[in-house]
Amino acid sequence: MAEQYSTSENPIHRINAWLRSDAPDSIFQARCQRFYFNWLEFKSNPIALLGFLIILVLVLISIFAPWITGGDGLKQDLSQRLLPPSSKYWFGTDGFGRDIFDRIIWGSRITLFIVGLVGIIVVPIGMLIGTIAGYLGGWVDNVLMRFTDIFLAFPRLILALAFVSALGPGLGNAVLAIALTTWSPFARIARAETLTIRNAEHIMAAQVQGASTGRILLYHITPLCLSSMIVRLTLDMAGIILTAAGLGFLGLGAQPPLPEWGAMISAGRQFLVDQWWVATIPGIAILTVSMGFNLLGDGLRDVLDPRSGE
Amino acid sequence: MSSPSSSGGSGNRSFPPPILLKIFNIIFTLVLTLLGLTAVTFIIGRVMPVDPVVAIVGDRASKEVYDAMFLELGLDKSILEQYFIFLKKTLHGDFGKSIGTARPVLDDLLHFFPATLELATIATFLGILFGVPMGVIAAVKQGKWIDHVVRVIGLFGYSVPIFWLALVGLLVFYARLEWLPGPGRIEVYYDGIVDPITGVILIDSAWQGEWEVFENAFSHLILPSLMLATFALAYIARMTRSFMLDQLSQEYVLTARVKGLSELSVIWRHAFRNVLVQLITIIGLTYASLLEGSVLTETVFSWPGIGQYITSSLFNADMNAVIGGTVVVGICFVGINMISDFLYKMVDPRTR
Amino acid sequence: MEKKTLLTVKNLHVSYDTPKGVVEAVRGVSFELGQERLGIVGESGSGKSQTGRAILRLTASRSRVRAECVEFDGIDLLHASESTMRGIRGNRISMIMQDPQYSLNPVMTVGEQIAEAYRIHSSAGRKKARQHTIEMLNTVRIREPEKVYHLYPHEVSGGMGQRIMIAMMLIPEPDLIIADEPTSALDVTVQLQVLALLDDMVRERGMGLIFISHDLQLVASFCDRVLVMYGGRVMEVLEAKNLENAQHAYTRGLLNCLPKLDGSHEILPVLKRDSSWLE
Repeated sequence: MAEQYSTSENPIHRINAWLRSDAPDSIFQARCQRFYFNWLEFKSNPIALLGFLIILVLVLISIFAPWITGGDGLKQDLSQRLLPPSSKYWFGTDGFGRDIFDRIIWGSRITLFIVGLVGIIVVPIGMLIGTIAGYLGGWVDNVLMRFTDIFLAFPRLILALAFVSALGPGLGNAVLAIALTTWSPFARIARAETLTIRNAEHIMAAQVQGASTGRILLYHITPLCLSSMIVRLTLDMAGIILTAAGLGFLGLGAQPPLPEWGAMISAGRQFLVDQWWVATIPGIAILTVSMGFNLLGDGLRDVLDPRSGE
Repeated sequence: MSSPSSSGGSGNRSFPPPILLKIFNIIFTLVLTLLGLTAVTFIIGRVMPVDPVVAIVGDRASKEVYDAMFLELGLDKSILEQYFIFLKKTLHGDFGKSIGTARPVLDDLLHFFPATLELATIATFLGILFGVPMGVIAAVKQGKWIDHVVRVIGLFGYSVPIFWLALVGLLVFYARLEWLPGPGRIEVYYDGIVDPITGVILIDSAWQGEWEVFENAFSHLILPSLMLATFALAYIARMTRSFMLDQLSQEYVLTARVKGLSELSVIWRHAFRNVLVQLITIIGLTYASLLEGSVLTETVFSWPGIGQYITSSLFNADMNAVIGGTVVVGICFVGINMISDFLYKMVDPRTR
Repeated sequence: MEKKTLLTVKNLHVSYDTPKGVVEAVRGVSFELGQERLGIVGESGSGKSQTGRAILRLTASRSRVRAECVEFDGIDLLHASESTMRGIRGNRISMIMQDPQYSLNPVMTVGEQIAEAYRIHSSAGRKKARQHTIEMLNTVRIREPEKVYHLYPHEVSGGMGQRIMIAMMLIPEPDLIIADEPTSALDVTVQLQVLALLDDMVRERGMGLIFISHDLQLVASFCDRVLVMYGGRVMEVLEAKNLENAQHAYTRGLLNCLPKLDGSHEILPVLKRDSSWLE
């Protein structure tokens, strides 16, 4: 390297020093530091890093799906039916002559859509019910938690099945059904977190300053619950993916011709014995992604939630 | 000198006895949960895009017949009243008739349930049999290769879509290797030989001494129960490992070693006894979730259980069957969890 | 004060491999012990507990123990087989831990746990072990031992828990007891009772005692000799009655930190540590 640098001039070193400084000057710096140190710890855990990479790849291929694939994964070509994996069709073709590779790539968007939407629905609901119950206590807490416990005790898959059958099959309804059966543990966690911080001094300080209950819940309690909610959500992602795939497999989730992985397995069932790749490859995709979320969740838990770490 | 009565005891000799309070609390929760469950299924039944009257009388019925049935079903009453009618019928086990089988739903459920029970019970048993020792060994050998193997198996088990694994299993062991029989609970040839006394073929055939039937039924059970057991094993092994790690770091384990106990006694007599208490809940949870999770596995293996009954009814718009099935599975699910929770509270001296 | 040597420890080292490097918990501790009561005093992290555990070879699995010699009654504890060690633990050397709330198994009755300690090292049957246990509970001044036998650890108070712990550790009649902060988790009022009990039992049975504590005065009043530890090293060994004549700066520092009833009410000095103590 011809370039000459001194430690103080090099921007990377300056950023590094800024991140490691013992006395942060701003809230922003403090946040970046915390993030940086968490990242360092996370990075030193190879298994969690693998999970992170899997999810990163999933996100990237879903973003760049149009550039990675030749088509949209829907184009049928009956002259090219059920071809085995080859250099042209890496994962072979399905019963309608569609390129399975293309469909897997496009299917990643559906998977991300499902987990993302479920997360967006479930976390705020759980947070709302949990923080209100935990902060207000008394009969409010009792009523809300009884309600939560009822949902917690339900059989999730069967209920999701019944929901979808009532609302009609389809991707959106599958998401709704999964969300309806997934929110309850989040409320429990938010409540538990709220109970531990409810009597903290900074909450009392806010109360003394006359902050409204809503304000305290939103600005003082919610941010502190977030990390455990994220951990739980990541760990739940695998379950959400498996449930969604199961609904798709039964024909209750995403409808054809959408390249949803579970539905693809179902479509490949009739060719199982002679054209194994049609049903097998989408399953590997599901396995990989749900494994990725599990690994990531375990790693995040160790970093963000040291109490439950091993 | 202090005496036991003054210094000891945490004041748990109060009245009413805490055990009664606990039982009362459990029953209250159970009733509340079941009310919630029936309410939710009732609502699902109401919003279903199927006209319950048409479902019974058919779409060619005359206006008079339609109206008569409309009144008979109580559809003119308020929603709350309708719910109470539904609740009352549910309590009597009356879920109406199934369109698919033209029999009362309850009879269908009683007919299909043993098959599911058989599958889920064997899978849970397998999960305990292998999962518990695996978890214990992994914890004892933390960081060694065997720990990593157990963790990878666990990771695989709770990440894999079981219905897909079941398909792959069928492909490999049935279609390719021909080691195991294909879908179904028993060969058609043996169908109807044993009288369904309990409905569990293994028990019925053994009871009646039909060992050929037993063997055939058993060979049909292997693949589906192994596939279903994958999840149970993974979950139980994972939880056992983490409970065990937690217990092994407790100080009473050091005490046990100070006493001069062998490592085996330290692990099984001391640490594992504490793990076992916690495992009761986990095993209950596993069993309950296998009961409902068998829906997908049953579909793959054409297993004539309640899961397949519900899914096939779904596609026939057989509302009574779906609702009835959901309520029954739900009650079992809730019931098993309550029982395991209760057992846990009975076994653990700290919550007794 | 003549007696035969029970335990010899020469140049004991305990270190831990952590992700951040090797941590030296004990660095070259040596002492000899006869049929006497030796106190080991130090702040938390001084390596006093690790010394006690290293003698029983019960330090955590990540640790490494090195020494020139750890010899108990002619047995080389460093190289003894695991089964020899099991024969020694409980039977000949025993240890009382800090908090009965954690050091008793929560899902076994206390009677079961005491009887177990007895049965490991004898061929006695269930019935005899039970009988012996109840006698032992009596000895540690627990009333209604028949009733206490069937209690679980969470059902007994701290003071009673610690007396149960003592009963459990003394029932195989060991030659040496290591008491690791046996009263620190207890209420002040109960502390003295438990100490008096321990004192009586050790005297009666002529056992050796290693008393590990952070409380210098307590140790001095209770033991024959005091070994002062800091940073994993021995700073000084004193006859307990000569405590006031301590030479080492660290010991003097510790003594000066204590308020005196008869002294003036000045601000207590803060202990100053000198890195040269660790060389």
